[in-house]
Amino acid sequence: MGPLLQVRGLRKAFDGHEVLRGIDADAEAGTVTVLIGPSGSGKTTVLRSLNVLEVPDAGSIRIGDVGLDFAPGHRVGKRAAARLRAQSGMVFQNHNLFPHLTVLGNVMEGPVVVQRRPREEARADALALLERVGLSDKAEQFPFQLSGGQQQRVGIARALAIRPELMLFDEPTSALDPELVGEVLAVMRDLATEGWTMVVVTHEMRFARQVADQVLFLDGGVIVERGAPSAVLEQPRQERTRRFLRLLGEAG
Amino acid sequence: MDAGTWELVRAALGPLLAGLVYGTIPLTAISFTAGLALALAVALMRLSGIAPLAAIARFYVSVIRGTPLLLQLFIIYYGLPSLGVTIDPFPSACIALTLNVGGYASEVVRAAILAVPKGQTEAALTVGMGYATTMRRIVLPQASRVAVPPLSNTLIALVKDTSLASTIQVTELLRKAQELAAPTFEFFALYGVAALYYWIVCLVLSFSQARVETRLNRYVAR
Repeated sequence: MGPLLQVRGLRKAFDGHEVLRGIDADAEAGTVTVLIGPSGSGKTTVLRSLNVLEVPDAGSIRIGDVGLDFAPGHRVGKRAAARLRAQSGMVFQNHNLFPHLTVLGNVMEGPVVVQRRPREEARADALALLERVGLSDKAEQFPFQLSGGQQQRVGIARALAIRPELMLFDEPTSALDPELVGEVLAVMRDLATEGWTMVVVTHEMRFARQVADQVLFLDGGVIVERGAPSAVLEQPRQERTRRFLRLLGEAG
Repeated sequence: MDAGTWELVRAALGPLLAGLVYGTIPLTAISFTAGLALALAVALMRLSGIAPLAAIARFYVSVIRGTPLLLQLFIIYYGLPSLGVTIDPFPSACIALTLNVGGYASEVVRAAILAVPKGQTEAALTVGMGYATTMRRIVLPQASRVAVPPLSNTLIALVKDTSLASTIQVTELLRKAQELAAPTFEFFALYGVAALYYWIVCLVLSFSQARVETRLNRYVAR
């Protein structure tokens, strides 16, 4: 049935400034795709488009058996947007946990309130997810009582709880103190090992090298270079890729 | 004050309490509840991004804030009958006070909703919520924390504003005091008791405000 994620001709402008200028990408089920690129390259906009938090001006996105076409002057219906959005779980840079709900409440909110799953079942699922991210003992706490790394792991559990086809990560470790980055990456590594399909925007090159199946390098709203991490990160063919990796202090 | 005055005050305590319990408090409770519902509707209209709705909301707030409450009361009770609409004193007062609270509180509600970070709405979308669910489950609970202190001000001001209803024959606390004072000329004593009653109600409300704030702040780092 082809790749799980299929993106074609994605375009997006903000106030006349073109942020995405024709993005094509595929991701096979069970693979990890890492988006890298300088700030303003459009990588976050691509990710947010997959979740319809941004509505592209043109192009199409298909995740599993749900597709959505975008065209100028054509408004995307709320229901169609919600259907595509339900295919993916989103982990934000600043976690965006619901501060007025407990950790468990955060994870149960989508399943119980939106998906109307039985409360007891959702609770058991949520506790299992918290166990998986190593936070079962924090279930009854409020987000503010957790460290940044723990908050981000709750964010991952909340995204997993809606049982998405695809997991999206928008710079999940960028807002964290350095010593807290490892615990979040470890959880993401586990998810990759378990076979989750993931699309990750990150500056963590070691993670990309070890976990990614493909790396997409974006600059100026286009994908400049793509391929296995060993190719893109170790032997970049494009000068722009080389310059970016040099700035990060990486080989290339 | 002589013994006769004290006797008069003692005799007035009951009737004044009745004015408070059967006049001032129901007026306050009804107007505040209905006013809050109205305020939420008006705030959501203003935030809707739908130009005509936002314009109606702005116009309403402008009129309410730009005219005296006493005049609003007079227009409803004395003015509307010339248009063929006659409303009894108590409902007239409820309508005027509700409209007034709705205008002022809508700005509080709107500011409180805007104070909830955009990321919260986005996170709600990503777990599948639509507009109404996001408001009910995510935005309003967080906005209420911001809104409680200024809304408490509105409520406490309302308790005292209900006294204006005395001018359109509503038998609330102030009017009761006027009725009791007029034949005896003991204005100081009876108005003093009325003032004390208002003050006690407002003290109770202030204490409740503190408790509600503590409860709403339990999920915030200190």
